[in-house]
Amino acid sequence: MSVELGHFALILAFCLAVAQSVFGLVGAMPGKSYLQSGVRPAVAGQFVFVVLAFASLALAFQHNDFSVLYVASNSNSQLPAFYRFAAIWGAHEGSLLLWLLVLACWSIAVAAFTKNMPATFVSRVLGVLGLVSAGFALFILATSNPFARLLPAALDGRDLNPLLQDPALAIHPPMLYTGYVGFAVPFAFAVAALLEGKLDPVWARWVRPWTTVAWMFLTVGIALGSWWAYYELGWGGWWFWDPVENASFMPWLAGTALIHSLAVTEKRGLFKSWTLLLAIFAFSLSLVGTFLVRSGVLVSVHAFASDPSRGMFILAFLVICIGGSLSLYAWRAQRFGSTAGFAVVSRESFLLLNNVLLVAAASLILVGTLYPLFLDALHLGKISVGPPYFATVFMIPMLPLLFLLAVGMHAAWKRAKLESVKTKLLVMVGASIALAIIVPLVSYGSVSVLSVIGFTAGMWVLLSSLIEPVSRWRAGHKLSASVLGMSVAHLGLGVFVLGATVVKAYEIEKDLSLTPGQSVTLGNYEFKLNDTRNVVGPNYDAIEATVVVSRLGREVTVLHPQKRTYRVQTNPMTEAGIDPGWNRDVFVAMGEPLGQGAWSFRLQYKPLVRFIWIGAVIMALGGFIGVTDRRYRARVPRSADEAAREATVGA
Amino acid sequence: MTPRRRRMMFVALIVLGVAGATTLALSAFRDNVLYFYSPSDVTAGKVPAGRTFRVGGMVDKGSVMREPGSLEVKFIVTDFAHDVTVKYSGVLPDLFREGQGVIARGRLVDPQGHVFVADEVLAKHDEKYMPPEVAESLKKTHEAQRASRAST
Repeated sequence: MSVELGHFALILAFCLAVAQSVFGLVGAMPGKSYLQSGVRPAVAGQFVFVVLAFASLALAFQHNDFSVLYVASNSNSQLPAFYRFAAIWGAHEGSLLLWLLVLACWSIAVAAFTKNMPATFVSRVLGVLGLVSAGFALFILATSNPFARLLPAALDGRDLNPLLQDPALAIHPPMLYTGYVGFAVPFAFAVAALLEGKLDPVWARWVRPWTTVAWMFLTVGIALGSWWAYYELGWGGWWFWDPVENASFMPWLAGTALIHSLAVTEKRGLFKSWTLLLAIFAFSLSLVGTFLVRSGVLVSVHAFASDPSRGMFILAFLVICIGGSLSLYAWRAQRFGSTAGFAVVSRESFLLLNNVLLVAAASLILVGTLYPLFLDALHLGKISVGPPYFATVFMIPMLPLLFLLAVGMHAAWKRAKLESVKTKLLVMVGASIALAIIVPLVSYGSVSVLSVIGFTAGMWVLLSSLIEPVSRWRAGHKLSASVLGMSVAHLGLGVFVLGATVVKAYEIEKDLSLTPGQSVTLGNYEFKLNDTRNVVGPNYDAIEATVVVSRLGREVTVLHPQKRTYRVQTNPMTEAGIDPGWNRDVFVAMGEPLGQGAWSFRLQYKPLVRFIWIGAVIMALGGFIGVTDRRYRARVPRSADEAAREATVGA
Repeated sequence: MTPRRRRMMFVALIVLGVAGATTLALSAFRDNVLYFYSPSDVTAGKVPAGRTFRVGGMVDKGSVMREPGSLEVKFIVTDFAHDVTVKYSGVLPDLFREGQGVIARGRLVDPQGHVFVADEVLAKHDEKYMPPEVAESLKKTHEAQRASRAST
């Protein structure tokens, strides 16, 4: 299949996206409901054509069609087949096509799983998704066409950036995009509710699983990115507060806040307008993230494009999407008042605090990320905001959040009496403090104030998330998937906090020079460089060192860090040698030759570093468990459902 | 709690949160904002003393000097008008090369000798890329030189 067919399919997909939004939004108007029957076919058609467009590009990559500019720029005949597939989203144009494909998948899922919801409402939701889809398709067609030909064709391609030739990074963008783009669904639900002018607890129950699934993918996507940066890019760091990382983290924070605020809206019918606003924010931040990463405003390994017309297009798109939805919100929000009350100590209050703290953290990160861009745009000098800023403004709202979370999980709705769990919580906080002092002292030989606070917070969250499932299980009660999911997700957070604290407090890092035969100690570990030799890979040549690692005289492992030179792009690349373990990683990276057979090395000891990603995966797992809750699958009879909606409208 | 009181509490919390966040952000900001200077700015003494900042330019060809077997490295960063000598101890990034763009973070140890001690050295990520700050400062120098040549 030639790429022209793909291009044509993309144009058809754009037309169908426009049709989808017209059928959906106009069809929801009074007297025009006959148009609604066209929405689902339009969604399906759009899906088929986006898949075709994507497939044609994938085929061009598989067949090494270097007469396609995008393929020639990002692939090579020597590139292994797997990476020829992953190379589709290795640069700007293809990753936007992936964005569109993911949106088409979400749209068709919404179309398929909303058959039991009121037709007019679903029609609006799909209409809004159609608008977003049309905007992105137009963006690709107008500014970033991946199907453009290169004449005369290149003899061979310029190859995929070697940094991206890695299994974790190959699946990182699809995961991240599934999360990012997934927030389009709660966004569409929120805009539909604003258009409709009514919102009830049933609405929240519809939105929750979509939000949670999107959040789950985003969590895994961010964790994969962090893991990749750890072993491939960052010389052992796992988070850099790089603008591109912030771009994915801000929607995550807003999405996390949204999940919690939705819980209140569903259970108590409160925070309605706030929930709507958060749904708009989460997706807006995803769009801003796309803008930041893809328009070349940020130059980093992620920013491939540097074409101002693209930036202008996305900026216009942002203004329409965010400005439009916020105006709609300003116009309609006062309709979503609520009258129910709650006590100062209640789950509502805790979740309110959760939202305030999460949104504060996200806003401060946003300020730090955008401020240098504004200064630069206004020619007020070039600055960069250092990671310590982000670490500070993130930690300060997050620490109270963790301590509140340990208690808040056990607060009842409306008015909470914490007497029943008070003893357990106190015992646990005592145990956590004790562990926070003893464990690091025994394992690492020292404690600091920050490490004790962090360890206590993580441990307390972890233990207190177990109270509910364990006590229900012991009493022989059934445990709903919702409660279990919540507990598991919070447990994952505790695990993450433990890992992040310990690695921050007790990691050891050393840059040094080694000659073959020389050895050096780092903590309890001894590293001996045996030799360096040349090795040949499928599309690279490398110099490989053999480093024997032993602990207290006993050999632990032999590591083979490499310095690779990829044949096409000829950039040197560091491939670290890592000995992973549940409780620590030993990390060896080669620097450069220093003459006389010596090489510079970076040696690292990373205690509990795996807890960071394991924690994130457990969080995502918690989300998955929560989504399987029965009440999301319960089929509400159409009439009863409508009646319930009518009954709550006036409230 | 009545809706009215709840709303009051909500507003109070938001105000408190925003105020706290702003204070925090401003103080953290002051301490962590890094300014970018070109070698010409540094030579002209535009950098406040004792401040950590970033300097960027091209690594002068043939300027990288290293003690054999040691991590200590010294190189010259230039914008083709003025030079700054950068000292660094540690592993240089993969893409560090002579004749390529580079950004170093650190501080001046002696303002007269223009010796800059770097805590971190960043290099470009691919063949075409030059850090945007560096590209712009090079362009400015180039234009200034052309203008001065035209006037003489």
